[in-house]
Amino acid sequence: MPFGNTHNNFKLNFKVEEEYPDLTKHNNHMAKVLTKDMYAKLRDKQTPSGFTLDDVIQTGVDNPGHPFIMTVGCVAGDEESYEIFKDLLDPIISDRHSGYKPTDKHKTDLNFENLKGGDDLDPNYVLSSRVRTGRSIKGYTLPPHNSRGERRAVEKLSVEALNTLDGEFKGKYYPLNKMTDAEQEQLIADHFLFDKPVSPLLLGAGMARDWPDARGIWHNDAKSFLVWVNEEDHLRVISMEKGGNMKEVFRRFCVGLKRIEETFKKHNHGFMWNEHLGYVLTCPSNLGTGLRGGVHVKLPKLSTHPKFEEILTRLRLQKRGTGGVDTASVGGVFDISNADRLGSSEVAQVQMVVDGVKLMVEMEKKLEKGEAIDGMIPAQK
Amino acid sequence: MANNFARMLSSKRNVRILSLIGAGSLTAGFLLNREHVTAGAQARRVYPASAEYPDLRKHNNCMASHLTPAIYAKLVDKTTPNGYSLDQAIQTGVDNPGHPFIKTVGMVAGDEESYEVFADLLDPVIKERHNGYDPQIMTHPTDLDSSKLTSGNFDERYVLSSRVRTGRSIRGLSLPPACTRAERREVERVVVDALAGLKGDLAGTYYSLTHMTDQEQQQLIDDHFLFDKPVSPLLTCSGMARDWPDARGIWHNNTKTFLIWINEEDHTRVISMEKGGNMKRVFDRFCTGLKEVERLIQEKGWEFMWNERLGYILTCPSNLGTGLRAGVHVNLPKLSKDPRFAKILDNLRLQKRGTGGVDTAAVGSTFDISNLDRLGQSEVQLVQTVVDGVNYLIDCEKKLEKGQDIKIPPPFKK
Repeated sequence: MPFGNTHNNFKLNFKVEEEYPDLTKHNNHMAKVLTKDMYAKLRDKQTPSGFTLDDVIQTGVDNPGHPFIMTVGCVAGDEESYEIFKDLLDPIISDRHSGYKPTDKHKTDLNFENLKGGDDLDPNYVLSSRVRTGRSIKGYTLPPHNSRGERRAVEKLSVEALNTLDGEFKGKYYPLNKMTDAEQEQLIADHFLFDKPVSPLLLGAGMARDWPDARGIWHNDAKSFLVWVNEEDHLRVISMEKGGNMKEVFRRFCVGLKRIEETFKKHNHGFMWNEHLGYVLTCPSNLGTGLRGGVHVKLPKLSTHPKFEEILTRLRLQKRGTGGVDTASVGGVFDISNADRLGSSEVAQVQMVVDGVKLMVEMEKKLEKGEAIDGMIPAQK
Repeated sequence: MANNFARMLSSKRNVRILSLIGAGSLTAGFLLNREHVTAGAQARRVYPASAEYPDLRKHNNCMASHLTPAIYAKLVDKTTPNGYSLDQAIQTGVDNPGHPFIKTVGMVAGDEESYEVFADLLDPVIKERHNGYDPQIMTHPTDLDSSKLTSGNFDERYVLSSRVRTGRSIRGLSLPPACTRAERREVERVVVDALAGLKGDLAGTYYSLTHMTDQEQQQLIDDHFLFDKPVSPLLTCSGMARDWPDARGIWHNNTKTFLIWINEEDHTRVISMEKGGNMKRVFDRFCTGLKEVERLIQEKGWEFMWNERLGYILTCPSNLGTGLRAGVHVNLPKLSKDPRFAKILDNLRLQKRGTGGVDTAAVGSTFDISNLDRLGQSEVQLVQTVVDGVNYLIDCEKKLEKGQDIKIPPPFKK
């Protein structure tokens, strides 16, 4: 909860054994790492804004997890959470991000010119292309922790910055609580509108408080560049279009992001970033680039091939349904995107998507002709 | 013992710690009236109250009706001695604007002291919700002498089952929206310990939600006893479902007529029920059971949260006073179709719900009929209201069966 830490201090009157959560039936990253000793060590700590250990882990305590999917089970309430609770978060980050060490450095590369190809994905298979990331505004606490006053300040600053964008990025902000019915219908039809989170993973972290106060959507006139304000992160930045021109999507993504960052810097509020964790976001799973670059692609034959999962793993890609995370695919159409976030750059991750999807489309075509694809299966990237 | 501790104690925090080490909460009760409650540390604030004031323009709940910017500014920097804040108390009402037809309360208490520290908001909310009851000048009568109940046996051709429920909070421990895991586990220990001392037709068994076997779970579902993690956002937004199912459980007696929920919306919910229309016996068992449980926790130095201003203290302001809902499942095929049904219920101070409880629709023509009021009248008075009211409804049903006309009763006078 956002205010003060009197409640946490009160808890310290109780013994560790009494406060330590029961994680025996849990299967998430937090539960694997948080021993009673670690709980004892960290429980009297708080970040300067008052975020505590129990605030970090509540979502993981309330959501034991799924036997097949390993959720993270914790969130940050501010930039300092990653420092104050590093004893807990470093091993979780390592586990989630393929062994990333506390001493590792993360490379940021938003030079779209470094991407090779990506403009020739077959539109008969690749229906749409999209790149998203998140950004947190330095000096403000994050959605699990922020007060109404803070969230509104983030909105105000963001809208001011976005309204200075021009050219291909010129656009308009639609606050959720002032939207007309007509605007809402249009945003739903455009697949832009985000709604109050329903996932208990998010609700358990407190990020849906005061909905829809200070939440909104900004998009450019061409409807190809979109920013969500105050959903799971301060900002979610999305570049998307129909068809397979990932190169263009990524170009617009990089250029737009840089423009936004410049504007925020002018207002003396940069983005949260450091050379170890890259861009700092609410969920530890989104550290680094926070980037998910993906396509909606038709793979009816390949998706039923026994080696499909292995191919995805080797290509460092993941599949989701076309409704996004936690949904199933419809009609053989999958959302294919990069699995990595931390430890490789934006360019490298989008490159993996471009190369991997290109290969999978070729595999699909081969399978259509009744040919085998065993020779095409790649080595582990 | 009480006098020695009364001299020693100078703050609520000490009282709480003493409660925890088993010194009991009798002293807490002694000290806990308005003059002695001091607020806790100041809440952190970076923005002025005006920047933090919630947007309540589309809201329709009691909290939104009474939380002016002035009251918000006055209370927002205060916390209870345990650190519970105004923003926490109102979060559920901010997150759930309400329904145009149903006016929800829109706030909760995190501990006993919430009702003192945030009285400037809670008193008007209580007044609106409880029919003009003014906590600043009125006192609430508690009466658990079930022998006073008359005509408590219903015609079983109409009444299928009878039930009385209430809640009780353990003084010295925070309420479900605010409690820590340790406090919640302490509530479980204190109550389960006391229940183990029940004898005769009240003797029973505790089933912890965490340790229940599949078989036990199925049996409890079949008996319609099992409660599940709350799904209503009214409840989840207040934080009372945290750490589920840790320290939650169900206790019931061997004859399955006396049942206690531990750590759901309140520390305890106490339920007496049976099939058929013998409300008298249900209420007898209710009162006997409650008094016995109270005696058993007092033996160990604990007591229930109660004061003469607000009666029994519970999480939701709507359940203050008696916290009592006495009701029946009753079949009223003709009366329920009569256009005067709603007005009749209203004048009898009764409410209807579906047979699944609050927020459900009736199945066929069987309704859950119970008392509307909670605060300002005693348990005996409220159950008598239900008894008299349900008898009146059955009488109407019988008249309609014979083709006779019915009358809307005059509005109920206390």
